Amino acid sequence: MSAAPIPMTPEPCDYRTQCESVRARFDKLKAREVALKVENLGKVFRNADGGETVALRGIDLVTHRREFLCVVGPSGCGKSTFVRILAGLETKTSGTVSVGGVPVSGPGADRGMVFQGYTLFPWLTVKRNVAFGLEENGESRHVAEREALQWLALIGLERFADAYPHQLSGGMKQRVAIARALAMRPRILLMDEPFSALDAQSRARMQAYLIEIWRKIDITIVFITHDLDEAVTLADRILVLKAHPGEVDELIEVPVPRPRHPGQMLTPEFRATRTRLDALIHPAEAEADGPADLGSLDMVTRMASVGDEVE
Amino acid sequence: MRARPLPPPTDDAAPAAPALLPPVAGAAAPVGRARHSRSQSWIGVARPLPPRRRLALTLLSFLLPLGLWAAISYIPILWHPLVEVTNPGEVAWMEPGMRVPKAAFAEEVAAASSAGTEAPAGRPANPVYLPAPHEVAVALWTTLTAAPPQRDAIWLPASLWHSIQIIFWGFTISSIFGVPLGVLCGAQPTIARLTEPVIEFVRYLPAPAFGALMVAILGIYDGPKIAIIVIGTFFQQVLVIANTTRRVDPLLIEAALTMGSRNLRLIRRVVVPAVLPQLYRDQRILLGWAWTYLIVAELIGTTSGITFFITQQARYQHFDNVYAAILVIGFIGIATDIALALLGRRLFPYARSEA
Repeated sequence: MSAAPIPMTPEPCDYRTQCESVRARFDKLKAREVALKVENLGKVFRNADGGETVALRGIDLVTHRREFLCVVGPSGCGKSTFVRILAGLETKTSGTVSVGGVPVSGPGADRGMVFQGYTLFPWLTVKRNVAFGLEENGESRHVAEREALQWLALIGLERFADAYPHQLSGGMKQRVAIARALAMRPRILLMDEPFSALDAQSRARMQAYLIEIWRKIDITIVFITHDLDEAVTLADRILVLKAHPGEVDELIEVPVPRPRHPGQMLTPEFRATRTRLDALIHPAEAEADGPADLGSLDMVTRMASVGDEVE
Repeated sequence: MRARPLPPPTDDAAPAAPALLPPVAGAAAPVGRARHSRSQSWIGVARPLPPRRRLALTLLSFLLPLGLWAAISYIPILWHPLVEVTNPGEVAWMEPGMRVPKAAFAEEVAAASSAGTEAPAGRPANPVYLPAPHEVAVALWTTLTAAPPQRDAIWLPASLWHSIQIIFWGFTISSIFGVPLGVLCGAQPTIARLTEPVIEFVRYLPAPAFGALMVAILGIYDGPKIAIIVIGTFFQQVLVIANTTRRVDPLLIEAALTMGSRNLRLIRRVVVPAVLPQLYRDQRILLGWAWTYLIVAELIGTTSGITFFITQQARYQHFDNVYAAILVIGFIGIATDIALALLGRRLFPYARSEA
């Protein structure tokens, strides 16, 4: 898992220094029109006992068209709530969210969503799952299915057009879910830890798929994850939230050049960014879980025979 | 609900968590506790049985009670509390075929021998309400194939057909209103709160209590019977279907919302298909309840239907026919259920474990 602290050799590289091509990319990205604008967003949950929990407070964010934004944070920082508010599935307590200049109120076809769990409709074939959103938005079944086949071709699952979801692997299901969300031509694709249920190999493959899709389609992606390597691998910028209450900790511009490939994980930019993310997120987690430093491991009482050593 | 598939298990071979040991400082404690693994647990995660064993156990579940019945019927020492008189001898009050208690019979035999008159003869027998399996089998065959000997008696197939029609109409009418209302209650909390409390109250009012009222309103023919089945089924149906609908995976609804589904379209395209396999199973169970209410409904003074057949035959003390009729209801019930289950498997191929 990504949570294992990697002993870092002192790096001369600062995560804020960007090489020429990366800086040029960011300049170009920021020159594009605003896709998503979040201002002073707040969310307060009312508890059953009458108390209140502040899940999000004062979130400000601007993303531009075709940006890949990752959102990370310790557990309980409200990153899932954040993306659900963007999707319109959760109400906000304060602030505004607008997509392409239009304020968000409730779910809409301009924002596609891919969930952590598998949400394909089990009673529909893969093709009809992808066609679902198109049909809901007024396309005839025939047109919708033809278009669905094109999306399936894009994700390389044409062969499974007539299969049912339960016949697919986890990674394939999430690919279909992505195609289903994209088929409605949303401006923004919201993804709530979409690969966290997959094994490590499938996850790496899915990341590559997603980057490939993102390169080919005019789409802005907001991607929630708890896997910091995944965030650095995918994102243009990483929004780091802190917990209790959920507030913006930092908005990091990832200095790793594109196109990305697995070999970059050892480059100084990648490791510097990763170190910074660890520094932002893990102290908070260690606090929440109690003391976890190596010294405290001596507290475990020895119960094996002396001389019966394993190390 | 459908279980969400988990990622392929990777740690199947991982050893079970070690048992907690008491702290034994420095001692050469044996690791693990042998006595925990000495006997297999009877209860665990239920796994499907192998098919042959399944079949064998299914047959056994029918054969065991049948065997018990046969044993009580054919082995005199097990029960047989009466004596069936074959020859009354000179006892005035006895007739051939009469069943008398053993003690009374023995008294008469003793009295006859001391008086020197002809003693009655008989053989051990069970009470008339417990006929032997072969008698019921014969009765089953004759009631199904031959017209009854009594002039005013009704024929079993005719009464059965009549009852099936009543069930059909009662259950259909109830479902036409109950299923949509149940789904609506399950999908919309406001509607649910507005209707369910009163339905919860009404369902405790015993349906048969409405019998006289229904006769007054609907006359004496099939109307009140159908009405009682509707009353007995409808209120349960709304609550059961609403609860099933509430168990729909909320993620499916949210996914549909993000794709623009709204209101009735959302119900039709997502909620109903998502709960349909389970809803179908609910309907199968509710159909079973409808049969129970049929018997109640038919007790209202009428001269048709399976219950009338049963009460009439019981009045004639033809208990073999009574058992035959009860068995026929059982056969029809289980055959319907198996047929519906098989149909469900065809209808919902994606819900393998449910329909």
